[in-house]
Amino acid sequence: MAVTLEDVKRVANLARIEISNDEAHTTLDQITGIFSLIEQMELVDTSAVIPMSHAQGVEQRLRKDEVTEIDQHELFQLQAPKIEAKLYLVPKVIE
Amino acid sequence: MFNSSLNQLSVLLATKQVSSVELTRDFLGNIKNLNKEYNAFITVNEEMSLDQARIADAMIASGEGNPLTGIPIAHKDIFCAKGWLTTCGSKMLSNFVSPYDAHVIELFNKAGTVNIGKTNMDEFAMGSSNETSFYGPVKNPWDILSVPGGSSGGSACAVAARMAPAATGTDTGGSIRQPASLCGVSGIKPTYGLVSRYGMIAFASSLDQGGPIAKSAADLALMLNVMVGFDARDSTSLQHENEDYTRDLERPIEGLRIGLPKEYFAEGLSDDVSRAVDAAVAEYSKLGAKIVEVSLPNTKLSIPVYYVLAPAEASSNLSRFDGVRYGHRSEEYTNLDDMYLKSRTQGFGAEVKRRILIGTYVLSHGYYDAYYIKAQKLRRLIAQDFTEVFKQCDVIMGPTSPSVAFDLGEKNNDPLQMYLSDAYTTAASLAGLPGMSIPVGFGKRSRPVGLHIIGDYFSEAKILNVANQFQQVTDWHTKMPDIKNSK
Repeated sequence: MAVTLEDVKRVANLARIEISNDEAHTTLDQITGIFSLIEQMELVDTSAVIPMSHAQGVEQRLRKDEVTEIDQHELFQLQAPKIEAKLYLVPKVIE
Repeated sequence: MFNSSLNQLSVLLATKQVSSVELTRDFLGNIKNLNKEYNAFITVNEEMSLDQARIADAMIASGEGNPLTGIPIAHKDIFCAKGWLTTCGSKMLSNFVSPYDAHVIELFNKAGTVNIGKTNMDEFAMGSSNETSFYGPVKNPWDILSVPGGSSGGSACAVAARMAPAATGTDTGGSIRQPASLCGVSGIKPTYGLVSRYGMIAFASSLDQGGPIAKSAADLALMLNVMVGFDARDSTSLQHENEDYTRDLERPIEGLRIGLPKEYFAEGLSDDVSRAVDAAVAEYSKLGAKIVEVSLPNTKLSIPVYYVLAPAEASSNLSRFDGVRYGHRSEEYTNLDDMYLKSRTQGFGAEVKRRILIGTYVLSHGYYDAYYIKAQKLRRLIAQDFTEVFKQCDVIMGPTSPSVAFDLGEKNNDPLQMYLSDAYTTAASLAGLPGMSIPVGFGKRSRPVGLHIIGDYFSEAKILNVANQFQQVTDWHTKMPDIKNSK
């Protein structure tokens, strides 16, 4: 499953990262090297193994369905690039 | 004073031989003198540090002091600290003044420690040399031509150069242990889930774990006593009974079974590191430990598995950086999509982008089973290797890093070579096991060598004991770089 230049451009688009043609070529070279290592995984038969997503096998804790957060929007919006009337401003999406 | 242990500093403070304000000023002075050269700190804020020192002095005066009250601690810039610039080493967060404290920061504040500054790191903790930081590389104080390791390179450098008595770090695939090794200091990554990830900026959530870097195992134990604790705000925080990590430090280790995995001493290990590690193991034999050869047959797979899982989780975690609510937003854009695209393209550095692309690829349609699920299956095999080995031995030892610190720039253009420098540390991360590194000598060009000690789940007190017993009979951990000559 060799990674292709089109793959690099496709995932860059999915990840919302702009990539020039030159950068895509360099990235392809580097990623191809990394995937040559990753391909070693194929050599091991894992048909009977259960995937391990977490080291401790913990279950998701549940808590009571009640409000625990206090309203801190003024504090948090100090970090925002653009706000208006307590709202985060972004370019218009719907005409 | 700068070489004092945390315990010694604690006594000086408790007996009023020094105040926290004086101690804080002294370490701030060291930072002022040295940071231009080493670049270990991204942010220093004298006033905020001194305010905390005054609070600590009042705590001590009123008899409310804890063992670490009044002691300056450097915090990796991955931990959100209220009112402090918290950049994670990235342009993306170069304007982010955290509105809240990470759980770890809350615990250190409660203990009355002083935040002496935020340390430099690889961008979003992605790197093994501290060269991916937006704020420039950190220099290794043992040799300024070499890297300090990463990603907690600033923390390791700060402790090695005596700019802080101890520091916090985080470890996803080796980011505490490898820089501790390369900088000749001690560091421990606890069992996954013991230190809360709340307010610790996420890289790969199933692997990220906070831990301390300090001059000795005894100091690490005191730091862990503060850092560890259940936190409901982290969904994978463990409800583990509180422990005193200093309790077994003095216990003799006669009869301890040390497992040496043959895979950790195979091809790829440099001779100078091998010699120093062998000498350390011989020292353990003198202390009455029994050496057992063991095997972790899936060791070779840990790097491939790690470089599927970590980028996959990173690509998902870092999708939150879109320039809408916080962080970098591009000055110019034509529409919403263009705003995301330009903000992310400008805000992330090359290594972060590379990992996002790898992660997006392995998670994308048609590849998920072949890469992500396959890697999760192999992760189980890697973890099972350790379960088997811990039937034959009490702790595992080996080199922390295959070589001593490499030169700045040496592996910059070769990500594959850079990734291989984590060859011995990623397996314990994937298994979620505690691991630590302690200094055990010097290799080529007088650069430090670290010994890697891996324990079973929740065996932090034991591996600290094992490390401390070594440090009682050797003096590698007391060596410090010749700061004057390196200026």
